[in-house]
Amino acid sequence: MKILVTVKRVPDPETVIKIAPDGAGIVTDNVKWVINPFDEIAIEEALRIKEKVSGTEVVLVSIGLKTSQEQLRTGLAMGADRAILVVSDAALEPLAVARVLQKIADTEKPDLIVMGKQAIDDDSNCAGQMLAELLGWPQATFASKVELGGDQKSAKVTREVDGGLETDAVPLPAVVTADLRLNEPRYASLPGIMKARKKEMKEIPVAELGVDVAPTVKIVKLETPPKRTGGRKVGSVQELVQMLHNEAKVI
Amino acid sequence: MGNVLVVAEHQHGKFPKTTLVAFEAGKQLAKLAGGKCIAAVLGQGVDALAAAAAEYGVDVVAVDGAPFAHYLADAHTAALAELVKQKGVDTVIATATALGKDLTPRLAARLGAGMASDITGIVDASTFKRLMWAGNVIATVKLESTPRVVSVRGTAFDAAKKEGKGAVEKASVAPGANDTRMQFVEFAETKSDRPVLTEASIVCSGGRGLKNGENFTIYLDPLCDVLGAAMGASRAAVDAGFVPNDLQVGQTGKVVAPQLYIAVGISGAIQHLAGMKDSKVIVAINKDEEAPIFQISDYGLVADLFKAVPELTEEIKKLKHA
Ligand SMILES: Cc1cc2nc3c(=O)[nH]c(=O)nc-3n(C[C@H](O)[C@H](O)[C@H](O)COP(=O)(O)OP(=O)(O)OC[C@H]3O[C@@H](n4cnc5c(N)ncnc54)[C@H](O)[C@@H]3O)c2cc1C
Ligand SMILES: Nc1ncnc2c1ncn2[C@@H]1O[C@H](COP(=O)(O)O)[C@@H](O)[C@H]1O
Repeated sequence: MKILVTVKRVPDPETVIKIAPDGAGIVTDNVKWVINPFDEIAIEEALRIKEKVSGTEVVLVSIGLKTSQEQLRTGLAMGADRAILVVSDAALEPLAVARVLQKIADTEKPDLIVMGKQAIDDDSNCAGQMLAELLGWPQATFASKVELGGDQKSAKVTREVDGGLETDAVPLPAVVTADLRLNEPRYASLPGIMKARKKEMKEIPVAELGVDVAPTVKIVKLETPPKRTGGRKVGSVQELVQMLHNEAKVI
Repeated sequence: MGNVLVVAEHQHGKFPKTTLVAFEAGKQLAKLAGGKCIAAVLGQGVDALAAAAAEYGVDVVAVDGAPFAHYLADAHTAALAELVKQKGVDTVIATATALGKDLTPRLAARLGAGMASDITGIVDASTFKRLMWAGNVIATVKLESTPRVVSVRGTAFDAAKKEGKGAVEKASVAPGANDTRMQFVEFAETKSDRPVLTEASIVCSGGRGLKNGENFTIYLDPLCDVLGAAMGASRAAVDAGFVPNDLQVGQTGKVVAPQLYIAVGISGAIQHLAGMKDSKVIVAINKDEEAPIFQISDYGLVADLFKAVPELTEEIKKLKHA
């Protein structure tokens, strides 16, 4: 089977985020860039399927700056087979991302698309659901377990929802989005890194795809939230309880 | 035109507080846009729920039938897209619960609509505030399409109050074969007698500092019980299997803003803070006085939790019986 996995280049989660002086984005000097953590989990899941189902091909797709090559290369080193980079200088909103991915899916015809549930930069949690709709495919979001049917024509997916775990069944092709507990991603091995250098990475300028990527969402401004002032310490449990009762009046 | 359609999510035949928050946001938005606020109640056998929704002063359209017996993204998207057309809807709102997060982007894609997820504020009929980068940035975004779709953060507005009585009608919409391919298999519900995490006025959360699941039972359960609090957790505690997944508070878990949030053995990573820093009063108990959680807590106690938490439970018990 063929599995498409999406990979977004994002600042490392430990990054201290500051708004750039022009107010249009964040300060990116000295930022360490990584694969969106949820996408790492998506790659891992695809690789585990590949290990079980012989003949499986895992294809990575990223949309973004040319520098996203680094993250795709890391994914190839983890064990993916080839990569596609749709080069776009403008950051695209989730709907535009979904439209680009739809176009890629139309040519690649994967049996399964695994994505992250959320990009940790825009925190949208949208692209996967949007892509599923554009393709007219079922979706299984926030996956914590994926079981493929024996014929690889369907999947049973356990999902992290409010109040518990829900299991849904979907026919393939489908879109699955990964939640944190789906798996623990592997590190790229040294031989993996060597092999990755020779793997195919195709670059396509976004304009060549003929997809409407015009924004529907305009960012009017970015602000830093007010800082919460804290830091007061209490000396004992008794003091804490008195404060909560008499001062804060919350118990 | 200018109408707002609110997705009235329900559980066990009731509207949780998070749904009432969407009603409130929907009513505010309808006022700004000069339209009506219409609640969409989808399910099987929803007459009573539809009547209950109307008490919040919104019109109600009920969609009843087997394809909606369990929420599934494809059938719900098909039905709601149809209602958007029928009702002259400019904006669709749902709460950013698991259901709302699953549904709204799919609906936006079907409508070709601009979408803002997890909004925390309404600026005008098409401009909203939302957080990005783990709560480090507030973005003001304008949706330049009609219709538009937004999901609203469950802590961002008060719950709608009962007022007046809206009109209730039934719509018959039948999703086609391509919109009924997802199947519900089962729901393993986390059983608990405690308040729901996103509704509780007090939340006690435990982190990796508790060391194992048993200690959640021994130390955190009694504290929750004496306070009537909901239990929450850090990602580290959930990943380690100490507590169920749906207790995770944070950037990629639940967002809470109770009157009192007590963080026990939690370091205060930015991803955790993103889910609780709007709480009214924050208490941190941590043995490391350098732990970042203390920078944002109103009352910090530097102590071994295994000693401090049982003491705290006892002191509160004494206070309650005084
Ligand atoms: C993509 C991504 C998404 C994430 N999403 C979330 C999220 O939604 N929610 C979330 O919480 N995290 C999230 N995280 C993880 C986050 O970065 C932290 O790793 C996590 O919050 C740490 O959990 P913790 O504070 O329990 O553990 P630690 O950071 O290990 O802290 C444990 C604390 O317990 C204290 N302690 C230990 N023993 C005792 C004792 N006996 N008495 C008192 N104190 C003690 C220690 O001093 C320490 O401060 C995410 C991370 C990533 C990369
Ligand atoms: N520019 C992009 N390139 C590749 N994948 C993306 C991109 N943007 C979003 N995605 C995928 O969509 C998921 C959800 O993103 P979002 O809706 O932006 O939170 C991410 O985890 C990625 O898997």
